[in-house]
Amino acid sequence: MSAITQTAENNNRGKNKNWGTWGLAALITAVIIFAYFQNPNVTEAVLAATVRYSIPLILGALCGIYCERAGIVNVGIEGQMLMAAFLAYMVNVWTGNLLLALIVGVLTGAVIGLFLAFLSVSVKLNQIIGGTVINILATGITGFFYVVGSTTQGKLGPIVLGPLASLPIIGRALFSNAPITYMAFILVAVSQVVFFHTRWGLRTRAVGEHPRAADTLGINVFRTRYVSTIIGGALAGLAGAFLTLEGVGSFERGMTNGRGFIALAVMIFGKWNPIGAMLAALLFGFANALQTQLQFMGVNVAHQFIGMIPYVLTIVVVSGFIGRSRPPAAEGTPYEKE
Amino acid sequence: MRRLAANQAVQEAKTAVEDQTPSQKNWLSAALQTLQEPSKNIWYAVRIPLIAIILALLVGAVILALSGADPIVAYQALFRGAFGSARYIQRTLEKATPLIFAGLAVAFGFKAGIFNIGAQGQLLMGALTAGFVGFAVKGLPPAIHIPLALVSGAVAGALFGAIPGALRAYSGAHEVITTIMLNYVAINITDYLSDGPLKDTSPGNIVARLPLIEPSAKIPLLGPVPVGFIIALVVAGLIAYVLERTTFGFEINSVGLNPHASTYAGMKTKLLIVSALVVSGLLAGVGGAVETQGVVGRFQPGFNTGLGFDGLTVALLGRNNPFGVILAALLLGAMRGGANLMQFDAKVSANIIDVIQGLMLLFVTADVLIRTVFRLRKDKTSEISLTTSWGGK
Repeated sequence: MSAITQTAENNNRGKNKNWGTWGLAALITAVIIFAYFQNPNVTEAVLAATVRYSIPLILGALCGIYCERAGIVNVGIEGQMLMAAFLAYMVNVWTGNLLLALIVGVLTGAVIGLFLAFLSVSVKLNQIIGGTVINILATGITGFFYVVGSTTQGKLGPIVLGPLASLPIIGRALFSNAPITYMAFILVAVSQVVFFHTRWGLRTRAVGEHPRAADTLGINVFRTRYVSTIIGGALAGLAGAFLTLEGVGSFERGMTNGRGFIALAVMIFGKWNPIGAMLAALLFGFANALQTQLQFMGVNVAHQFIGMIPYVLTIVVVSGFIGRSRPPAAEGTPYEKE
Repeated sequence: MRRLAANQAVQEAKTAVEDQTPSQKNWLSAALQTLQEPSKNIWYAVRIPLIAIILALLVGAVILALSGADPIVAYQALFRGAFGSARYIQRTLEKATPLIFAGLAVAFGFKAGIFNIGAQGQLLMGALTAGFVGFAVKGLPPAIHIPLALVSGAVAGALFGAIPGALRAYSGAHEVITTIMLNYVAINITDYLSDGPLKDTSPGNIVARLPLIEPSAKIPLLGPVPVGFIIALVVAGLIAYVLERTTFGFEINSVGLNPHASTYAGMKTKLLIVSALVVSGLLAGVGGAVETQGVVGRFQPGFNTGLGFDGLTVALLGRNNPFGVILAALLLGAMRGGANLMQFDAKVSANIIDVIQGLMLLFVTADVLIRTVFRLRKDKTSEISLTTSWGGK
């Protein structure tokens, strides 16, 4: 159990000492407020794009957190998202029923999560390989069965939350979104509470840190890992469904385009905490939205340099501000009962 | 019977080794030992991959049949497309060459406990730099120009690998994050250079690409065998030698197995992590350079996509062993090479190759499944050391 207390200490230390992160947050807030007084429309558009871009990253990172807090490394988020995006899209094409498509997307992710759990917990396959297999299979299967030219009747539309949506600066970005976006933010809050304020969360973290100790205390390590990985898969499925049902509205080959991997980075960046991951995803989304906007305004720099900003920023922040981030201790190792 | 034959082959090879001069003997026996060390028997080493490949092809056939194609026609076309003529064999070898380098790059990282997802970016930088040296430097004889371009590609890859290495060792930034991000940085850099300062300015060209390399930088063919492939074989042997027979290789292995113990034993762990990623990047960079100088003839964005990620598959399929990497790269190269003809003759989408590749990886690594079904005993080849966590414990 000492490992868990240690994590708590680490987290606290992070909160107190992380002036870099607070400084960055303050800087960005100041820039946004300044920009809002210069040009409210563009600023609101950039913020809305920030949210749109970060949703799949938030959900993907949540998937990673659920898996890794229980000790399962999931590098297959990309594949889970891609398969879910594909099947949700196909259901939308066949039936036009968006709710059904959403459910199928989530279930697809969950089933792949079950597959990953089977490989890592029961077969004891190296988890990085398991995830890689999922990624390759997802690319192959979606590419093989996707037929160009299918059309849908529509995508999930925004739900405007009354007067909240007309708040300055954040109203448009936060309170006039389609359902999955709201779900993502709610899921972040729920996950934060679940992991750090419930017995289930404590047990799951214990399994990720020290499965032997957890087992001794009567926690079923195998079941915990299965359940967490399946929940994680469902979240990655939701991220995939977001892409085809809410974000883009259609499917194309390889459309996840590395988002699953960036979600992993976001998860580590956010120190395996739901809220941390959300902030990291928003930062990443902001850098991307800004990049698109600068390009749109014809800023006189080669667009590739602006395109690099989010990635370079991530590297700088990860190596400078955070330093050594510590993953769950038992991660990646299959548990053998004695 | 096959076991007997295999045994006999090993015996004969051993006798042959004993007849060599001492220096040759050393190298060859090192190679042989890597081949047979874990199991004492080649059949033991290859039976699981063989069954895995057959199973993957069978499942692939079911998927083909489900989609309404004739699996036999498709596989025949795939096989002919890979080995049907000298031209096809050449293409298979050409496809396998960068995969050997990328696979070695990833495998070398794994040996040091480093998960180098950045092989893709390092390969791109190598391909670009070799392309630049290939066209910008003029008037050299091939004997100098070819190695010069190759080496500059290697240096570019090594430098690009040094970045995540140094960050990991000295600031603790995890290489999985930094290499993923650096992949995108590499894409942007190469896009910028090939659409900006280094763009091919020949009349009528609107595509983002570098000019053609000078003929003196082009890597030639030996019959149907691309010289790049031979270089890849030599490099694989060299890496096997370094890993198995040198102090550096020993230290790399022990850092991968237990960095704390290695530090305690007096090794310079941080420096070793940096050099592991430098070597990894160097290998990926040479892979890109060989692709530019041997196959494409210039650097053009989009021509090397996915090679780095295939390198991951190759490393895992080849069980992190340089000779296994060669075999795995040949297999993948044959499938990638044959896919064109399959697409043309059997009207089957080439994406089925990805499916089969994924299944092979699954079956070969999840060998417990195969062992249970075919009632095979466990052997030591199934144990491979990989990085197990982001934490670099």
